[in-house]
Amino acid sequence: MSIDRSRLPLAGPEPRFAFPEIRRRRLSNGLDTWTAVHREVPLVSVLVIVRAGAAFDPADRPGLAAITGDLLDEGCGDLDALALHETLGRLGAQLDTEVGADAALVGLTTLERSATPALALLSDMIARPRLEAADFGRVRDLRLNRLLQLRDMPPAVAERVFTQRLYGAHPYGHLPIGSDASLGAMGADEPRAFHGRMYDPSRTTVIAVGNGSYGGHAALADAIETAFGAWPADHDGRVLPDPAALPIPPGSTELVIVPREGAPQSELRIGHVAVARTSTDYHALVALNLVLGGQFVSRINTNLRERKGYTYGARTSFEFRRGRGPFALQASVQSDATADAVREALSELRAIRRERPVTAEELELGRAPLTRGYPRGFETAEQIGRAAAQLALYDLPDDYFTTFVPKVLALTPEDLTRAAATHIDPSRFLTVIVGDRSTMGAVDDLGLGEPMTVEANG
Amino acid sequence: MDIPFIHQKLANGLDVIVHEDHDCPIVAVNVWYHVGSKNEQPGRTGFAHLFEHLMFEGSQHHDSGYFRPLQEVGGVVNGSTNADRTNYWEVVPANAVELALWMESDRMGYLLPALTDAKFENQRNVVLNERRQNYENRPYGFAGMSLVAALYPPDHPYHWMTIGAAEDLKAARLDDVRAFFQTYYRPRNASLALAGDIEADRAIALAIDYFGDLDAGPEPRSVDTRYTPLAGETRLVLQDRIELPRLYLAWHAPALFAEDDAELDLVSEVLAGGKTSRLYRSLVYEQRIATEIAASQGSRELGSFFQIVATAAPGRALAEVEQAIARELARFLETGPEARELERCLAQAEAHFLHRLQTVGGFGGKSDQLNAYNVYLGTPGYFDRDLARYTNAGAASLHRAAMRWLGAGRVALSVVPHGRAALALEGSQPVSVS
Repeated sequence: MSIDRSRLPLAGPEPRFAFPEIRRRRLSNGLDTWTAVHREVPLVSVLVIVRAGAAFDPADRPGLAAITGDLLDEGCGDLDALALHETLGRLGAQLDTEVGADAALVGLTTLERSATPALALLSDMIARPRLEAADFGRVRDLRLNRLLQLRDMPPAVAERVFTQRLYGAHPYGHLPIGSDASLGAMGADEPRAFHGRMYDPSRTTVIAVGNGSYGGHAALADAIETAFGAWPADHDGRVLPDPAALPIPPGSTELVIVPREGAPQSELRIGHVAVARTSTDYHALVALNLVLGGQFVSRINTNLRERKGYTYGARTSFEFRRGRGPFALQASVQSDATADAVREALSELRAIRRERPVTAEELELGRAPLTRGYPRGFETAEQIGRAAAQLALYDLPDDYFTTFVPKVLALTPEDLTRAAATHIDPSRFLTVIVGDRSTMGAVDDLGLGEPMTVEANG
Repeated sequence: MDIPFIHQKLANGLDVIVHEDHDCPIVAVNVWYHVGSKNEQPGRTGFAHLFEHLMFEGSQHHDSGYFRPLQEVGGVVNGSTNADRTNYWEVVPANAVELALWMESDRMGYLLPALTDAKFENQRNVVLNERRQNYENRPYGFAGMSLVAALYPPDHPYHWMTIGAAEDLKAARLDDVRAFFQTYYRPRNASLALAGDIEADRAIALAIDYFGDLDAGPEPRSVDTRYTPLAGETRLVLQDRIELPRLYLAWHAPALFAEDDAELDLVSEVLAGGKTSRLYRSLVYEQRIATEIAASQGSRELGSFFQIVATAAPGRALAEVEQAIARELARFLETGPEARELERCLAQAEAHFLHRLQTVGGFGGKSDQLNAYNVYLGTPGYFDRDLARYTNAGAASLHRAAMRWLGAGRVALSVVPHGRAALALEGSQPVSVS
């Protein structure tokens, strides 16, 4: 057969896809268990979500939630840190802890045959970590060393300055790792107190995704119940206030330069505080972001990379959280193109709100990953677990996954342009540039005001 | 646990491999070209990777970006270049597999008519910016270049890194692109794997339809892989914009899939995989003289290097770090691994293998793995034998491999903060990279 190369082949009818079913069981101690069956390989993937993220750090102790999360695997129950890791290693388990603004996530993927002992260890880590002073001192030093190293990493410097200036004293105004001053002053009893206050079955969801041969939903839920069922709930009935709900002070709208002498590129952040995950414009904003800067063929990347060659890649993102998360454009651009790159970026960010509204064609291209590409996000047990975690973290309804594609398909180009006009406000932009002032061009002519200088170590 | 597949070599030499997996309605299309930075010439480094970028900029019958049509149908697309090979892949909804094959075959057969100076200039700038972002403006970013330059002589194909030298990239010419394409981007030098929700018979038929008419192309000549073993220790020092000094120790090691390759991978796990590994436990956990430690067997087609990388804790000199590593290494070379260490590392290896079976596409997924086995070993069906290299390794074979390879001949690179050359190992010679 000879191929018709005069045009691209059309896609056939869309394949059927059903999102894997999630079943729930609430244990008597208040802990939620969610399960999904996945048949691919003999692995079980477990994700523990504890609503104990960096937003819960006390005002004078940024970094407390993160170091507490980091200490969970430094010994638990009868095992010290080395014995715990020896056991995890022999079970073929992979452990992965991350503490974000809203929650601590502890992920564990293990061979199916070791799921029961691995779950028991995971439960000990979450509910009964040792949090001993010697381990605290060692881990704190490692984190201080990390902070020292981050001073020389432009993306980390930009992220920290941007976050601080956007949110000020709000609980979202610091990175989870915290600061030298805070970690330096922290006592070993503080993670213990934080754990006692924040880690409770009523604030925890355990999601397990595994092979059907393990026994399906009931067997997975039973295994979680066996491991976590004896974790006593805190019965004083306190409901902790959600720090994300606190009012956010008006953010900085400055042009901030963090000097990095001789830097071959400038690291950029442009943006402002935007919306919470619960926004009714969520679907429109996700699609809008894909048009604007969320994928390779977006406006921003096409302009800054494929047309101008200023950068290896530029992107935008709305970070959706329980409270209002940031909207940001980020890129590393060659130093001598800094002013031009910022000008182009600002022009794209402004234009999509009115002068160059989203077209029907752009909407189709932008939403394709969300609709036609949707099944791709549910291929592995870990992906299914991560997707389900969104429901737990943001209190989303049970039918969230089945209604997602229809909601995205119902969007019009006008919905996206309106979402841009409502939620992207160039008059509120904070711009951060980490780079060499002497080579970056006329950044004072960008209409962003007089640049102010902030030191990387400040 | 093997990955079932069918394999057919087309008349023009293109290997076609198909693996069915109907769990998720997606198909991975994965193309390997057996060309990488090892096929470049000194003075023209970085070219294979720059070329990879041009493969996304359009071909004769679709003369515009390759991302757009594939993203439009809900697919993802990417590619990568290393020393040994270049890969390109799409993961598309099962209804769009023909689009991916159309596009892969068009750029395999008809790239050059769409090539222009403007595209070339643009992607050269993008690649120079990739280099700035990932190497020049990143702490310790020049360490890798310094290491390979010291491990291999100037005319050896591993003497430079895949990203190449900035001045070489600036000197690249459009004519080089044409010659490179004609030599290496031909069916004879390529392998196509499809994995996912597609019937094998249909996949083969489609591959024949789309790729069967393309000219085979010449047999690329092989590259010279000779190098002189390192006689003793070469000590180097590099100054960088960093806070904490870091030590890199690197030894020549056997090639990917050669004898001792899997053993050295396991040795790296015993030495520095996780908190109970010997080096982490000693340097980071107990003595607290290092803040990070890693070891790896960097397996490559023509020859590998084994490395240990340690970042000093504040106030600690690299000499102290080096001595602590030397003590642990000597202990390992004396007696080899303990049974419980080997048991842990084998459980981890098994889990890593299963992990790679979880996805049909992308970097390291099943389609990529089938192509790797096919290109390097001439058979896609190597998964079980690959795993067996690990499960059959015993304490004695790890011990023997370490004794054979981790000897006195090595490169010791100290990376220290600007103006603090005294923190390097004694007698280190300055290296200059940019």
